[in-house]
Amino acid sequence: MLKTKRLWWVLALGVFAGFPLVVTNPSYQTIAFYSLLYMACAASWNMFSGYSGYIALGSGVFYGSGAFTMALISIHTHMAPGAAMFWLVPVGGLVAAAFAVPLGWIGLRVRRHTFVVITIAFFFIFQNAAINFSFTGGTAGLNLPFITWGFSYYDLPFYYVALGLVIFIVILSAAVRRSRFGLQLMAIRDDEDRALGLGVKVAAVKLTGFTMSAFTIGMAGAVYAMFLGQIYPQFAFDPMFDLSIAMMAFFGGMGTLVGPLVGALILESAQQYLTVNFSNGSLYLILLGGLFLIVFMFMPQGIVVYVRDTVTKKAAREKAAVASIDLAMAEGSET
Amino acid sequence: MNVTALIDAAKDGILTGSLYALMATGLTLVFGVMDIINVAQGILVIVGAYLSYALSVHFGIDLFLGLLITIPTLFVVGIVIERAFLGRLKGPEKTAMSILVTYAVSLVIEGSLNMIFSVNPVQLHAWYVNKSFVVGGYHFAFIYLAGFALAVVLLSALYYMLYRTRFGVSVRASLADQASAALVGIDVRRVSTICFGIGVAVTAAGGMIYGATTTFNASTSYDLISRLLTIIVLGGMGSLGGAMLAGVLLVFVGNVVGVIAGAVWSTMAYYVLLIIVLLVRPQGLFGKQSARVA
Repeated sequence: MLKTKRLWWVLALGVFAGFPLVVTNPSYQTIAFYSLLYMACAASWNMFSGYSGYIALGSGVFYGSGAFTMALISIHTHMAPGAAMFWLVPVGGLVAAAFAVPLGWIGLRVRRHTFVVITIAFFFIFQNAAINFSFTGGTAGLNLPFITWGFSYYDLPFYYVALGLVIFIVILSAAVRRSRFGLQLMAIRDDEDRALGLGVKVAAVKLTGFTMSAFTIGMAGAVYAMFLGQIYPQFAFDPMFDLSIAMMAFFGGMGTLVGPLVGALILESAQQYLTVNFSNGSLYLILLGGLFLIVFMFMPQGIVVYVRDTVTKKAAREKAAVASIDLAMAEGSET
Repeated sequence: MNVTALIDAAKDGILTGSLYALMATGLTLVFGVMDIINVAQGILVIVGAYLSYALSVHFGIDLFLGLLITIPTLFVVGIVIERAFLGRLKGPEKTAMSILVTYAVSLVIEGSLNMIFSVNPVQLHAWYVNKSFVVGGYHFAFIYLAGFALAVVLLSALYYMLYRTRFGVSVRASLADQASAALVGIDVRRVSTICFGIGVAVTAAGGMIYGATTTFNASTSYDLISRLLTIIVLGGMGSLGGAMLAGVLLVFVGNVVGVIAGAVWSTMAYYVLLIIVLLVRPQGLFGKQSARVA
């Protein structure tokens, strides 16, 4: 079982690594890049919210601060445009994490559903500040050093950096799941009061999880800013982002390792495809909402869990059928 | 900055704040009875506004008269949403899931509104929308006063229903403790559905005044819902009186800050206010102090 699982991961990795070499159409490569970026974000979100049950709807704060870290540092240090700017990606993550500590300290003192609303409030404070402070360029935005590497493979470096980010987050998320820390997070999800009673330092565990997820989302934001080459506060801090990654994680299966990846892959590539081919945002909204409601009604645990349960149930049924035939034959031979 | 502008801002804050109080009361009622956070409330306000718009533009029906149609319509919309999706929610993740589900509902509505009415912002018009009169040296816009009156009438009706009718007793029992309410024979399921209908129906009135005082399209619902959520958290989730007070307080503070520091900081002001209050009182102004995990 474990071996087949590992085989699937390797296979998936191979497909993702080979994709841009086979599909050379730049618009499809862009779609693939965005899908990876959202896979990274949904998996990061899941690492805290999926495991702990504290639904955060203000992750745009970290995405946006990562993006602005990339933009502001590269502009003000007059960085040469090019691959060296990728070194700022972890810096973006660190800045996002630095914001997460005070925000988490304030936000995680309240009950779970109040936490949701507080994260939304944080988000709007940041968006408002980014639009109104002058160092962010206001609504006019900022232009990053223009990257000049060949147009023929413009997306490729970004694609592989995003893929690397996804791999890093998946490994981190898997490590969290298996660790004592991950068990503590999931204990908080199942029954916070009991976890507290059993000696879990709930405040510290929650804050650590929240900050870790902010770190990786911040890195994704930095890659996003570098890819776009220009950044506007209203897009870096986008309320749709917050809700999209939560929906992606739920869509695939919240709290599972693979679920958010699958959810983000399906939904983000669908969105990008619709935007590129039909440029109809309204249709996408209806499809996204409708698809989510259908999944919610028929597979309330998310796609991944639904498929897994169906497969194991089928296997169990077949096993049972074989056993009953054996039994019938054995009974038959007795008489 | 001058004193007159400040008093004007404060006065309008109280008048429009009452409308936010009305819309937030619907939201907090639904939360209190069902543990559901309805983030579609924002887009439903816009639906109410567009309904009034369609009635007045295409059928020439007066905005206030149109409420007799739009309020029952949104009541039915609420009941359909509740029966179709929200009734299925169960278990400890119910509240969190309700946010995602109602958000999905609101996406579908947003996309549909964009297709039907286009994304160009519109505003409701009637001969009295821009009328105002002077009392004691201060201008009172008719539409603000009408909105205030409407909010007071509807809130009074809501309170009468809650405190003077048999159904109201069931609602308050469900607010206090759903399990016990069910034990004494209250059909909590039915109460929930009707409460959700009522919670949504008030958006029709709110939407009409909102649409008459500002231009709107489907995407202005994001601003609305974030304000409404801030209001119910500030007031204490599930507290009707808290939602009313916080509604007026927030718009009032936002307006006053807008005059003192400039309009761009007025939205910022109420989020900051929310965070300051929550630092001192994590359960909100009138929230019940309950277990940390709910």
